[in-house]
Amino acid sequence: MSETPNPAAIEMRGVSIGAMRDVSFIVVEDANWTVASGEFWVIAGQQHSGKSDFLMLTAGLMTPVEGSCRIFGRDTRTFGEVELAERLRVGLVFEGGQLFNHLTLRENVALPLQYHRNLSPDTAAAEVQPLLELMELAPLADITPANVSGNWLQRAALARALILKPELLLLDNPLGRLDARHQQWWLRFLDRLWRGHDWLGSRPLTLVATTDDLRPWQNAQLKFGLLHDKKFSPRGSWDNMEASNDPVVKELQAVPIGETM
Amino acid sequence: MRGNLAKAFELTNTQVFRRAALPKSYTDLWGRKLFLLLLTIQGLGAFALITLGVMLKKNRLARNVMGPRIRQEITRSGVALLPMFLFIAAALGFLVIGQTVSALARVGATDYLGSTMVIVVVRELGPLLTAMLVLARVGTAHVIELGTARALGEVEALEALGIDPVHYLIVPRVWGTMVGIFSLTVYSIIGALASGYLWAFLQDVPLTPGEYFKQLAEALSWLDFALLALKTLGFGFFIAIVTCYHGLAQPLRLEEVSRVAVRAVSQSVIACILLDALFILLYLVT
Repeated sequence: MSETPNPAAIEMRGVSIGAMRDVSFIVVEDANWTVASGEFWVIAGQQHSGKSDFLMLTAGLMTPVEGSCRIFGRDTRTFGEVELAERLRVGLVFEGGQLFNHLTLRENVALPLQYHRNLSPDTAAAEVQPLLELMELAPLADITPANVSGNWLQRAALARALILKPELLLLDNPLGRLDARHQQWWLRFLDRLWRGHDWLGSRPLTLVATTDDLRPWQNAQLKFGLLHDKKFSPRGSWDNMEASNDPVVKELQAVPIGETM
Repeated sequence: MRGNLAKAFELTNTQVFRRAALPKSYTDLWGRKLFLLLLTIQGLGAFALITLGVMLKKNRLARNVMGPRIRQEITRSGVALLPMFLFIAAALGFLVIGQTVSALARVGATDYLGSTMVIVVVRELGPLLTAMLVLARVGTAHVIELGTARALGEVEALEALGIDPVHYLIVPRVWGTMVGIFSLTVYSIIGALASGYLWAFLQDVPLTPGEYFKQLAEALSWLDFALLALKTLGFGFFIAIVTCYHGLAQPLRLEEVSRVAVRAVSQSVIACILLDALFILLYLVT
């Protein structure tokens, strides 16, 4: 397998993506994209534009119909048994959390640690406690997901994705179901992760988030991409997005219709 | 991981047939049914082999997680069903064995009691009835739980965390169902034989407990024990594989879960009866 000395965090070449439920239905065609380590990308697209499928493919949960997708230089087709260590460099936060309903929040967060390091429940619980406290989840730790609001479920899903200290974090519409207070907490926390959080040993994290609402993501330092009409196009900085006359971009910025004309 | 499930699904994409337009002729209808049957057999076979492979390859992996999960499944498929099975064993003894004993006594054929009991209870009724009851109580729960987990995206969440869904979700259920059916069959047989004698005793059948158990012991051979173990473990394996396959291997929507559960139960019953027929052949040959 070919490896470059400092491979890009994500590298897509000519990638076509089928829908998760029906791979024969193509949602993205011929995507080319490179994400360098330490970058923070926001992928915008309307609902049902294929954002989740795009992210699932990036996470190695799907294989491209055409083309190749490499994460840290490794083809995602080989993710799994052969390259489990590579898979664990990538964290994924699903829209809505997708926590395991038979486990408490603490057990959900501890599961990857317990499974991959064969830790006893007590040892794993002690290891996740600092992260739960950091994310203000400690008071809810012994409750099952069915009894927790969506805001906290999403935060628990973030904790579960961070427990193995990934180098690349993928977030599927992380702000979509949150109230304003939680949105602010997330934006601050993601910014700290990106710049290097103590939890990750001050190592900057590479982040990719999808969204159908660009308003909370106004930040000159972020990079943006657009998914529309089966095409993925990297758009660069927020300034480029703001200057764009593309009606889809305007719609994602929730600009009143009269102003897009 | 993802590959494991994808392999089983790709081999058996029966949705193509299930969602196709109505057949135009009987030939078309039967052709489709035949294809569906072949695809299902292929998918079940692939899933069974994949599961066996994972059971062997990862038997030492994540013991602190898998140990409690396997114990939990054994409790659910075995220990938790024990009160129900004690009742069933008593009822089976009263309804079937007691009547058989008294009927044999009336015609003076109590010498055949041991062999009749072994054939009826040990070889056939005990294992098959146990398997059907465990299928009803636990197998359906497998399909619903796994189908719901699949529909809610929990399976993808496991894969994203580098956890093999076959290892985490299927292997404990396979062990639980196998051990549960084996243990419950043993308890059912003992309970049914004991309660059957009790019923016969109450009917004043001239048979001492010593004679009754002597006949049973003489009618039983080592092959009965070996095949009983193999058969019950086989029932458990097939029930777990069929129910888990239908719950997990195919992507489902929530509204499809109940329909798939019915299909899984029908196929499990057929699989168990076919396995039972295979064991009857073995008995006849040996």
